[in-house]
Amino acid sequence: MKRIDAIKAVVEELDDELVICNIGFPSRELYSVKDRDANFYMLGSMGLASSIGLGLALSTKRQIVVFDGDGSLLMNLGSLVTIANQAPSNMILIVLDNASYASTGGQPSYTAGKTNLAKVAMSVGFENVFEVETVAELKKSFRSAKGKLSFILAKVEKGNADVPVIPLSPYKIKRRFMKCIKKNQSLSLDF
Amino acid sequence: MRTLHNTGFKGAVLRLLAHVILSSLLEAKVDFAVSVPASLFAEVLMKIESYGIKHVIVTREEEGVGVAAGAYLGGRRPAILMQNSGLGNCLNALLSLNKTFGIPLLMLIAQRGWRREKIVAQIPMGEATIPILKAACIPFYLPGSLQELSVEIVEAAELAWVRELPVAVIVREGLRNEENRRH
Repeated sequence: MKRIDAIKAVVEELDDELVICNIGFPSRELYSVKDRDANFYMLGSMGLASSIGLGLALSTKRQIVVFDGDGSLLMNLGSLVTIANQAPSNMILIVLDNASYASTGGQPSYTAGKTNLAKVAMSVGFENVFEVETVAELKKSFRSAKGKLSFILAKVEKGNADVPVIPLSPYKIKRRFMKCIKKNQSLSLDF
Repeated sequence: MRTLHNTGFKGAVLRLLAHVILSSLLEAKVDFAVSVPASLFAEVLMKIESYGIKHVIVTREEEGVGVAAGAYLGGRRPAILMQNSGLGNCLNALLSLNKTFGIPLLMLIAQRGWRREKIVAQIPMGEATIPILKAACIPFYLPGSLQELSVEIVEAAELAWVRELPVAVIVREGLRNEENRRH
């Protein structure tokens, strides 16, 4: 499956989940599939999608979905250890694994070699780990991942979709994201 | 559980420092902290959860900056507690995440590589810490007493939230506030 098709498959399953999306083409592809106030598009800080997702998951009851990449996660592998130990039940970490650094010219990553990130996740303590290769498998795993800390390794083809740069300022991305969290939190208060 | 080296006079100093830091964090309305261990903060890190502050130990400083940013997006007021040796580990995140999006962060940085430093590898980063903060345009405080420390933690947090950026408070053993000189 193409990465943009994997993103689309997950987006079709979304309701009011908060999404943190990795830097580069994944964010651009997500924006072009479906822009939502509840999408946080990373513009820098490569590697930190899963960490931002963890901080968010520990601060709100909402379901958090993180789109990470193989190269990005390899840059911050310690994050997997922290997440597995903190184990927030409201976080799904999806790694779109194209075994390459596609945003910078397609250099191979080590997941093209001996490393399998689903096995890494399992060995550091993740209990719900999925490895999927098709849209149908991805949708199925995503549905059963809700409500418990989960790791989904989605193997995708190399290459980027032909999608434009996100025309939103960083401040705009942040403000509308935070506003949408606040709005929903005040709705869920127990009166 | 108290570790052995925190007994005696040094232990008393660390406990006093911890009390000042934790009370000031509460006054600054900090409710979420990430940390990478630092000996100067040993007492702080041991007691921080008993002050009602959610505490997440991270594996590396840059990861901590990310976790704190996520907590801020979720409505928390986060701080990072770390050693200055880790400043280089998180510079890109401080600039391309916090400064880019306007994400505040209170940074408590325990400075090694200062006077009477016995570990030679701590000295180069010790000397470079303030120049790096200046080059990155990250405002910092250099408190010279416990009283200044307590006031400046609150001020630094306010500055971080009003300006929406990372602000550092450098904590040195002995709370000396001279700028770096050649050793």
